[in-house]
Amino acid sequence: MSKCHVTATINGDEVEYLCEPEETLLDVLRDQLFLTGSKEGCGSGDCGACSVMLDGRLVCACLVLGAEAQGRKVETIEGMAHGETLHPLQEKFLEHAALQCGVCTPGVLVAAKALLDRNPDPTETEVRYWLAGNLCRCTGYDKIIRAVMDTAAEMRGN
Amino acid sequence: MRYEAPQTLEAAVGLLAEAGDNGRVLAGGTDLLVQLRAETIEPEIVVDVKRITELRTVSPEDGGFRIGAAVTGAELGEHDGLRAAWPGVVEAAELIGSTQIQGRASLGGNLCNASPAADTVPALIAADAVASIIGPNGRRDLAVADVVSGPGQTALARGELVASIRLPSQSARSADAYLRFIPRTEMDIAVVGAGVNLTLDGDGRCTAARVALGAVAERALLVPAAGDAIVGSTLDEAALSQLAEAASAACRPIDDKRGTKIYRTKVAGVLARRAAEIAQTRAGERA
Repeated sequence: MSKCHVTATINGDEVEYLCEPEETLLDVLRDQLFLTGSKEGCGSGDCGACSVMLDGRLVCACLVLGAEAQGRKVETIEGMAHGETLHPLQEKFLEHAALQCGVCTPGVLVAAKALLDRNPDPTETEVRYWLAGNLCRCTGYDKIIRAVMDTAAEMRGN
Repeated sequence: MRYEAPQTLEAAVGLLAEAGDNGRVLAGGTDLLVQLRAETIEPEIVVDVKRITELRTVSPEDGGFRIGAAVTGAELGEHDGLRAAWPGVVEAAELIGSTQIQGRASLGGNLCNASPAADTVPALIAADAVASIIGPNGRRDLAVADVVSGPGQTALARGELVASIRLPSQSARSADAYLRFIPRTEMDIAVVGAGVNLTLDGDGRCTAARVALGAVAERALLVPAAGDAIVGSTLDEAALSQLAEAASAACRPIDDKRGTKIYRTKVAGVLARRAAEIAQTRAGERA
């Protein structure tokens, strides 16, 4: 079977790759482009550990074929910090110790950033519902929610 | 497996026709990719329909809307006109999955995946929505109520796909509503779903009503007797009780981990009644 030749913009850079038709975007990101920040948890869209932005939409990279990214814009956790400068969400997650094992963290951060980009002042309920597709088996979620709320407040200048 | 992303419906139909039983349509992929991974399906070709304009567009049509089959739940929720006219259909679509799933899962996919518990299907049936189907022999319209024939089974012929779904013009004093019961607040599959679309006259009397149920049979059901129970009434206690009884009577559910037959049958009546009351309130507010 012939491979798919794909050109996509990933974290602002034009990237070309060849992938098998059945290969997921997550596999391409991790195994070909070595962007291993996105994690594979369930592989079926239930856990959110592979959350990335695809043309400005939050999606699970495990439910996207690599071939689908042709001409699309993909943003991953690797594009979140600017050089050594962490995104405010990343800073707050450290400050609040909003992670333990860290497997869910990249997906949670990508999802939380997607929320704050469209709603700078979410209620706690909105944060909890928005992140319902990001499973964390360590923290009990409370610190994650607090870190997101605190980041939102800081970014609003409160 | 081959992956193709045609730009036109004709090309998509050609690819699917050529593939016979070995082709699959890829819209949001939230069911398809799970099935591919589990190897419950092993298609020779996957036809990604998201580069076809009609499938990705919501457009006004004859006072109603035509919704492309690959339009996502998130996009439906962000469409103010659609949300205002058909709040029940939109709330059903928005109940599906997480934020991540909402960004991908499509109306056409929810229909053609043919789960008996699909959330949008009872809402679409209540709305009297019509699917526009295209295939090797051209286009045809089929009521959404007749698209699904059983679990995982549709009335689509080989090489056919759903291009779009048409919601009719919603008359004044009409409104729809959808309710789903799940044992948690988010991220679950319906134990029962109930969609109601109704019309009131100037005195608040119901002149037309459609009630549809999900997850209580091998496919979503239109329950004419439940709608008839409230027509001519002001949705008083007696009429609503009759609606609930008719809804429960139409159920032929299975026992599974989400609920027993007895439980589903009972809940179907309760939900249909509550959905009717929400639709009544919404229709009243439009007066």
